[in-house]
Amino acid sequence: MVKTMFIDPSRCIGCRACEAACRECDSHKGESMIMVDYLDRQWSVATQPTVCMHCQDPVAPCAQVCPVLAIQVTPDGVVQQAEPSRCIGCRNCVYACPFGVPKFDSEARLMKKCNLCYDRTSQGLQPWCAQACPTQALWYGDYEEFVNQREGRPVNVTNFGNQEVQTRVYHVLPDDKPRLDVSMLIAEAEADVKAATSGASKEAWVL
Amino acid sequence: MSVNKDTFDPTREFNYDFESEGRTAGQWRDGGLVPDKLVATHCAFCGVQCGMYLKVDGGKVVGVEPRHYTHNRGSLCPKGVVAYQQSNHPDRLLYPMIRKGGKGSPLERATWDEAFDYIVSRWQKIQAEHGNDAVAIYSGSSMTNEKCYIMGKFARVGLRTRHVDYNGRLCMSSAAGAYDKAFGIDRAPLPMTDIPQTDCLLIVGSNVAECFPVMTQWLWRARDRGASLIVADPRETPTARTADLWLPVKPGTDIALLNAMLRVLIHENLVDEDYLRERTNGWDAVRAEVEKFTPEYAESLCGIPAERILIAARLYGRAETSLILHARGIEHSSHGVDNVLACINLALARGQLGKVGGGVMMITGQGNGQGGREMGQKASQLPGYRHIDVLEDRQYIADVWGVPEPDIPGPGAAATEMVHLMAEGDIRSCMVVCSNLMVSLPDNTIVQKALDNLDPLIVVDFFMSETAELADVVLPGSVWCEDEGTTTNLEGRVIKINAAVDPPGEARRDWEIVCSLAERLGRGQFFPYTSVRDIWEELRIASKGGVADYAGITWEKIDEQDGVFWPCPSEDHPGTPRLFRERFYHPDGRARMSAIPYQPPAEEPNADFPFRLTSGRVVYHYLSGNQTRRIGFLNEQAPEPWVEIHPHAANQLGITDGDIVRVRTPRAAMELKALVAPTIRPDTLFIPFHYGHRHAVNQLTNPAVDEGVKIPEYKACAATIERLDTAITEPRTTTAKVNFTPETRPKMFPYAVGEVNQAPAEKSH
Repeated sequence: MVKTMFIDPSRCIGCRACEAACRECDSHKGESMIMVDYLDRQWSVATQPTVCMHCQDPVAPCAQVCPVLAIQVTPDGVVQQAEPSRCIGCRNCVYACPFGVPKFDSEARLMKKCNLCYDRTSQGLQPWCAQACPTQALWYGDYEEFVNQREGRPVNVTNFGNQEVQTRVYHVLPDDKPRLDVSMLIAEAEADVKAATSGASKEAWVL
Repeated sequence: MSVNKDTFDPTREFNYDFESEGRTAGQWRDGGLVPDKLVATHCAFCGVQCGMYLKVDGGKVVGVEPRHYTHNRGSLCPKGVVAYQQSNHPDRLLYPMIRKGGKGSPLERATWDEAFDYIVSRWQKIQAEHGNDAVAIYSGSSMTNEKCYIMGKFARVGLRTRHVDYNGRLCMSSAAGAYDKAFGIDRAPLPMTDIPQTDCLLIVGSNVAECFPVMTQWLWRARDRGASLIVADPRETPTARTADLWLPVKPGTDIALLNAMLRVLIHENLVDEDYLRERTNGWDAVRAEVEKFTPEYAESLCGIPAERILIAARLYGRAETSLILHARGIEHSSHGVDNVLACINLALARGQLGKVGGGVMMITGQGNGQGGREMGQKASQLPGYRHIDVLEDRQYIADVWGVPEPDIPGPGAAATEMVHLMAEGDIRSCMVVCSNLMVSLPDNTIVQKALDNLDPLIVVDFFMSETAELADVVLPGSVWCEDEGTTTNLEGRVIKINAAVDPPGEARRDWEIVCSLAERLGRGQFFPYTSVRDIWEELRIASKGGVADYAGITWEKIDEQDGVFWPCPSEDHPGTPRLFRERFYHPDGRARMSAIPYQPPAEEPNADFPFRLTSGRVVYHYLSGNQTRRIGFLNEQAPEPWVEIHPHAANQLGITDGDIVRVRTPRAAMELKALVAPTIRPDTLFIPFHYGHRHAVNQLTNPAVDEGVKIPEYKACAATIERLDTAITEPRTTTAKVNFTPETRPKMFPYAVGEVNQAPAEKSH
């Protein structure tokens, strides 16, 4: 079975171990190809890691629009970063990617992005980000393993308006039915707490 | 994590990191491709002690590789990934320094001989004139068991002073005191790998996601099997964000919550009466005490809506197996021991201690916080968790050390008390090892006064910390990967740290420094160690028969078994991963429950200081930040402290996100940026503590301590916050990050990919 990456943003704690680990790679030491962003720090501490989704079907948009075929895709579907010998700096790939992953380095005149740690994954190791991730928000393995071990629905088709992109990397969405019915517990509790004091505790700010 | 990167200047200069290190592209390309060797070891930082491999090439540590160790399984937090960058750091202290002109003059380079003579001659003079106790040792726990053992022995046999204590006083003494009182043993009762067996996790006073990130995977494994998660914290931390229930408790009021939960368990018949009858003492007093803690009364004390308390108690009580995890949030309190005892009451009432995956688990903070508090460097402790005021214990250790029993001093001052003795002149000299008092002790005006009063103040460190800046003698020590030895992680698992390289320059290993000092004091015959293994073998004998029994642990066994859990009394004993399966460690085998009345924090808000200030951590920094603030990647995420304030409070005061504000407590004031977010109680402020000088939140905190164990109350004091009339505008630059120069830009054939020279950031000294 094909091993791939699963991203579960609900487990991301924003520690940036993935960024620290990605920067350790010998081929781009000091630069991270994975980005961790706050969704809105002024609302919550929720964070989201962004990696290259290694789009599959159709052919990865970045590879498809590259006029010099600088973005190669390996036979097992891992989309590589731009070949330095071919990249002409047109930035088509940056515009084409629906996930906003490729970053163009103007000084280097090169598009850079995650290549799923191909030097590691081609030898059966895990990509550094998934290996390091302390909460397994980034998880590397195959689909059956994931579904057996973890909660959540892995999804690898994303819709952008009328277009669909199927990716190698899965996003994990919450299960349809939450396991714990907190609203039932709240209703049960409200009945038992004295009515006189419970009104005072209905503070809107309590999330 | 509580920082929005946009709040800080994104073009801020790095501290040391690869981007500023000055390697050429060729070095990036060729170096580190296939290192000479991989050294298996564990991390320098927190109590999880993740396994890792260090890549060593050409006598230097050049990188890190994942290691599939039992409890971290290849995971590392960002601190663990970049920990190796401490080794070649440009800030490393490479030679001893002395303030040759006396106080007020600059530190000048000296030889080791000069430094040792300076120290020993002054020590001998001070001890002759003022008694042995005028010299003190202030040690730390972020170092191996062997070094911790040596520090305790050096104080009592080398210096013959009673004053030795360590920075774990500030961290684990509440949990240690409580577990000792309740169970007779001070250790977490189960390994992290058992956590998935639980059905309900109640986390009280711990931000596991930021303080023990790699442990979070075990919490998630439990949740994947159906466990529920309840988090009690004044802030909605990353740990609390996805919890099934968040209890926004007022800092310092946790007893109300815990007692109220226990009362609900009693009234809903969720208490395990058989267990209480057979395995505990003291239940009746506890039951009587919690009766008054109705959910409504608890709400008035702790600020959590009564329904939530009820729901939390029911979730916790209805779970077959439940586990309470607790850390400094409740332990950093003037009644820290009582807070932990209240948690223990809950777990015992549900009959959880002794169940696989159940009970109560303290989360030890420092890498060797567990081992460091067993090896005898604590004020009233001898190796093996023996007591310095018990004759049999003193006699046993005296025999091991080869000294007459009356020569072993009596109990000494705790670290928080030592500071006052220094300020008053009772302690005239102190050697500080593995600690940074100017950042970590509360109310640092007193600390400054105390340290200025010492002559000499000797600091052994590998970076020029805020405390070393005040020292009369600075001795360069070794970082973690330059020495070998064992540490004991938060599970009670004894693991092996291995040396990857030698200390650079003239830096020496900490135990070598101490042995040299002992020799020059004329006590070298008690410190005849030629290698770390010698110390380890003596340590095993010294701990034999004590509560923390390491006698049966060998380095080889540690490698074979992936760590050995103490107590391990003999070599054929496999170690004890799970405690309390049959009995507790008091003579009658029963746990002791104590009735815990409500106690407020020592300093509560009033008209002048209407907020509660709580201090805490960020995932990027470790303790005083002396190490992590110097590593570019970590420091860039959180270079300065900030104050978190709720929008309701901020709107009333006219504070917007990013403003510079002043936070004032009865002790001092500091100015810093505000982060306005609803992830904190509106009556509470939060400031992270990892910074020094004018950025240290311990200028503001309350030096009140728990009467029994002397741990400071960092987590609750009264504060006020005000806008400054004019905000300070930081100069902003717009230079973009330069990745390649024209020389190193990729060319067609051959090409180089990687980073390039950038002038290292200017250092201030």
